[in-house]
Amino acid sequence: MAKKQYSFYPGCTSERKASAANYMVSVNAMCEKLNIKLNEIPDWNCCGASIGYAEGGELPRHVMNARNIALSEQHNPKQDIVATCAACWLGAKESSERLSASEQLLADTKEVLKEAGLDVQLKNETPIRHMVEVLIEDIGYEGIKEPMAKPLEGIKFAGYVGCQTNRPFGVDGESFENPMYLDKMVETVGGEAITNYERKVTCCGGALAFSEPEKSQVQIKDIIEAAYDQGADMIVTPCPVCQMNVEVYQGQINKTYNTKFNIPVTYYSQLLTVAYGGDIKQAGLDGNIIRAKRLEEIASK
Amino acid sequence: MNTLNTAMVEKYRNDFLKEVEENVEEGHWVKMCMQCGVCSGSCPFGPDWEHPPQEIFMMIRAGKRDEVLATESMWMCTSCYNCIVRCPRELPITHIMHGLANYAHRLGLAPKMNPTRRFAKIFWNNIAKTGRVNEMALSLKLYFMDGFASGVKKSLAMAGVGLGMLKTKRLNPFTLFRHKGVEKPKQLQAMLKKAKEIEDRRKGLAS
Ligand code: SF4
Ligand code: SF4
Repeated sequence: MAKKQYSFYPGCTSERKASAANYMVSVNAMCEKLNIKLNEIPDWNCCGASIGYAEGGELPRHVMNARNIALSEQHNPKQDIVATCAACWLGAKESSERLSASEQLLADTKEVLKEAGLDVQLKNETPIRHMVEVLIEDIGYEGIKEPMAKPLEGIKFAGYVGCQTNRPFGVDGESFENPMYLDKMVETVGGEAITNYERKVTCCGGALAFSEPEKSQVQIKDIIEAAYDQGADMIVTPCPVCQMNVEVYQGQINKTYNTKFNIPVTYYSQLLTVAYGGDIKQAGLDGNIIRAKRLEEIASK
Repeated sequence: MNTLNTAMVEKYRNDFLKEVEENVEEGHWVKMCMQCGVCSGSCPFGPDWEHPPQEIFMMIRAGKRDEVLATESMWMCTSCYNCIVRCPRELPITHIMHGLANYAHRLGLAPKMNPTRRFAKIFWNNIAKTGRVNEMALSLKLYFMDGFASGVKKSLAMAGVGLGMLKTKRLNPFTLFRHKGVEKPKQLQAMLKKAKEIEDRRKGLAS
């Protein structure tokens, strides 16, 4: 199979020694096996995230994303933009839609981009996609299965899709209330998916986990409890914000609610990497604060 | 008193709906709301909203300007997009909430101590400086925004989290001294400055 090429928008959390550094490590390993080449957009900037609106307003936020789109057009022409972070994907896609909907906004944006040394046409025609779309649509479940060397037998996964990978855009052919692709992906690589996981699309609090920790932790507690209720060994998610929020606050939640939570929260790319024969390091499993022992066992076999 | 606010009160007199339509992101959608209440049942922090979205739309139409712009409610929005995909009238509710919060903040009417407003400001300043998030500087700023003593307390409460992140190499203390952002941060800052100028001009918010 010929290598598939994409213009890659990694986003801030994926950087070395940032909160989703291990996501990136596993994405790289996974893509290698799937013959996917990610061409990083040179000099990309932050998408503004979902919290950017308050101080950033509209145009500054859209301009941030437009700069990335323009750089992608310039350096990786004719390649779809692919993001691994839900917020990056959403931010870029939202801005792109707004730019297509308003000539005024487009004209203003081009004017502003000149300040950034980008006197460009800004065609704004590049599809902006999430990595899971690439997997499902371009690679397909058959293709996802192909490199499998070690099925993830005997591990029960609660597939936590969360909000922004799912809404408002979501993945084609999937419902907002009960998307199935993550479960299908788990089953494709031999794991057991908890298909009736109740908190599949519950919000983890997003950026408000920082500013409203108590309120967010109520949400996170529900998400974890529902996974335990169904006998999950671990949670798997496509979103770096979900991953971090659901993993790192378990200690605090235990203190507040007298619970004994200690459930690993993994990325789909870590599952695939392990199933493809990757080791603990390649799958970024050494980056999980609550170690995913069952996955590590398979990885080191 | 914020002069911008005074000017807006002058300009729109008693027509708050019009003010929202002309100044708030996606504000022109507000009149399409049919008050079914689906959105209000969708918010993750539902019980904490003094006025849930449906009520806010009603209040806008009823001209309750002061109450709407001063409420903490919009600041409870987690950007979960539940409401958007469920609204039978397809209102971009999330964006209207963001837009109202931003507008209230610009006019100086947003609740001063609201933690999300303060966090959002710190966040934007963080990315506007180098073009990329500096997670270490961001968390420290956040914990110490209420002063040193309270910051130490919060940092201690979060120490377990921070240590876990450090040990797994998911947080880098050295970015406090040297954080790699875009190649030409000055250019990016100029770009954002210009964007704000144009936006303010278009929205009549230039002071
Ligand atoms: S769901 Fe839509 S129509 Fe119903 S109250 Fe909310 S905004 Fe109005
Ligand atoms: S996006 Fe905001 S307004 Fe809409 S349901 Fe979520 S929290 Fe509520």
